[in-house]
Amino acid sequence: MRSRQAQIGQAADELAAGKRPRMSGIARKEAIAGYVAISPWLLGFLIFQLAPILAAFYISSTEWRILSAPEFIGVRNFDKLLFKDDLFWQSIKVTVIYVIFRVPVSAVLSLALALLMNQQLAGRRLFRTIYYLPAVIPLVAVSMMWIWIFNPEYGVLNSFIRLFGIEGPQWIHSSRWALPALIIMSLWQVGTGMVIFLAGLQGIPAHLYEAATIDGANTWQRFLKVTLPMLSPVVLFALVMNVIGSFQIFTQAYIMTAGGPGNATLFLVLYIYRNAFEWFHMGYASALAWVLFVVVLVISLAMLRSSEHWVHYEGRIGGA
Amino acid sequence: MATGHPPRTMRNTIGLPSNRYQLLNWTTRTLIHLLALAGAAAFLVPFLWMISTSLKPMEKIFQYPPQWMPDPILWRNYIEALTVMPFGLYFRNSIYVTVLSVVGQILSSAVVAYGFARLRFPGRNILFIILLATMMLPWQVTMIPLFILYRSLDWINTYYPLIVPNFLGGSPFFIFLLRQFFLTLPLELDEAAKLDGCGPFRILWQILLPLAIPGLTTVAIFSFLWNWNEFLWPLIVLNDVDKWTIPLGLNGFRDQYGTDWNHLMAASFVASLPVIIIFFIFQGYFIQGIATTGAKG
Repeated sequence: MRSRQAQIGQAADELAAGKRPRMSGIARKEAIAGYVAISPWLLGFLIFQLAPILAAFYISSTEWRILSAPEFIGVRNFDKLLFKDDLFWQSIKVTVIYVIFRVPVSAVLSLALALLMNQQLAGRRLFRTIYYLPAVIPLVAVSMMWIWIFNPEYGVLNSFIRLFGIEGPQWIHSSRWALPALIIMSLWQVGTGMVIFLAGLQGIPAHLYEAATIDGANTWQRFLKVTLPMLSPVVLFALVMNVIGSFQIFTQAYIMTAGGPGNATLFLVLYIYRNAFEWFHMGYASALAWVLFVVVLVISLAMLRSSEHWVHYEGRIGGA
Repeated sequence: MATGHPPRTMRNTIGLPSNRYQLLNWTTRTLIHLLALAGAAAFLVPFLWMISTSLKPMEKIFQYPPQWMPDPILWRNYIEALTVMPFGLYFRNSIYVTVLSVVGQILSSAVVAYGFARLRFPGRNILFIILLATMMLPWQVTMIPLFILYRSLDWINTYYPLIVPNFLGGSPFFIFLLRQFFLTLPLELDEAAKLDGCGPFRILWQILLPLAIPGLTTVAIFSFLWNWNEFLWPLIVLNDVDKWTIPLGLNGFRDQYGTDWNHLMAASFVASLPVIIIFFIFQGYFIQGIATTGAKG
């Protein structure tokens, strides 16, 4: 940063002194081509991301029923959601519970699958395919499948549980079990995490394991002292992306439970959607959307900062 | 068992334990295979359950214990499911939106990635960091202003909101993936072309893009997948039944024929089929794409 500022400063000085700027003609041409090349993204970023985020902040300070003009009401929307709206707090509670259970469990499960796939296994490719396939199916179709799987009387899950002489819960039809049901269902789609971890595992140099073995480390110690530290950057990335993705859960709840029963699966994005596109409270919905934005931002940054304490980067800390 | 004693140093590393390891290896390996099989069964059951249900007559669906092999096999469930609502139309709509979106995302992310990977310009690093930061943005925060924007442009109930943004940068994931890919290509290629008088965009078009086809394929596949599966955004901007894409059609089907489980499962399976086929053909690219964006992020 500082050197760039220095460079710019120097260039400015030279310009002011009537000298030719340091950027040569060729370099300037390259720079122009560079800006042209990235201009689609830059335009897209400004139009479809930055401007809407700022606009959402403005809209959140209005009462706007879409058909009439927006009316400025200051912080009343935030005042309402913080102090008067039980449904908002319900949606936060439900979403946070979902994230807290789903993220760690799916991380452990996908790491376990990745470790399994990293063994000498006959038909490894086929297994990998089977584990990954659920992650690519349209979520709407997946939701349809699982409504039927969770059917309390004729669904395959309770039929299986019945084999042990137990009557399974009502799953998505019960306010107590609907949220756990959606978490269980999300674990069926851990394939993406598995592939990320598998790539990370395969990037760990074999000589580290050999060295650890020579030092007398057993399998468990090698896992703790070699695999986990070497994998920690990948784990960080996967956890952050998974948290961000989990906060955005919508489709399953919209299709399978419609937020119910009794708002047991009223996730934040579903609540935003209802406010904006079913009840047309654009102002209030924007305030909710900003809460989502800030919560995700703060949690992601906190995770990234915490990584200093547990993520091992090759080269920063000396050899194993 | 072991004939003769290996030297002491060998014993400490591979000599003595090797017999035990082999024995352990055999049981561990069996255990590992059993685990993998059990996992695979658990992952496959939902699919089998969907396919099995989709082929059953109505009266065999509500049965305990459930029957896995449908008898009789009713193939006409598929025909009924796909004709009771205009799924052919939804397929065409989905293909239209998806193909244009994929083209837009490939073109724009390739050009942008090239700029970030190969061309030097002031502010490049800062802009790239901003690009990476947008990966963490929950896009729902932009959903309401964008809806209002498209509404004022009269774009609601058209495919523009689903397609146009893809021509402007597409996705930070794809830009990142292609940038990584371009960085692996030797810089001498550009230098040589430059000496021959090639401009920067001709270098991209004629030299780098043909070499980047594996990377572009990965982008195309993920782009296809994401656009095909997208639900929330089409739900917001497409009200007209004739404009629906496959996920919206499936949702609408369920609203009308909620408990026709066999037809619903048949329609769900058909909606998934293009993705499953693409996945089986291009598996390697999926794995590689996730490995590149994931592991090096």
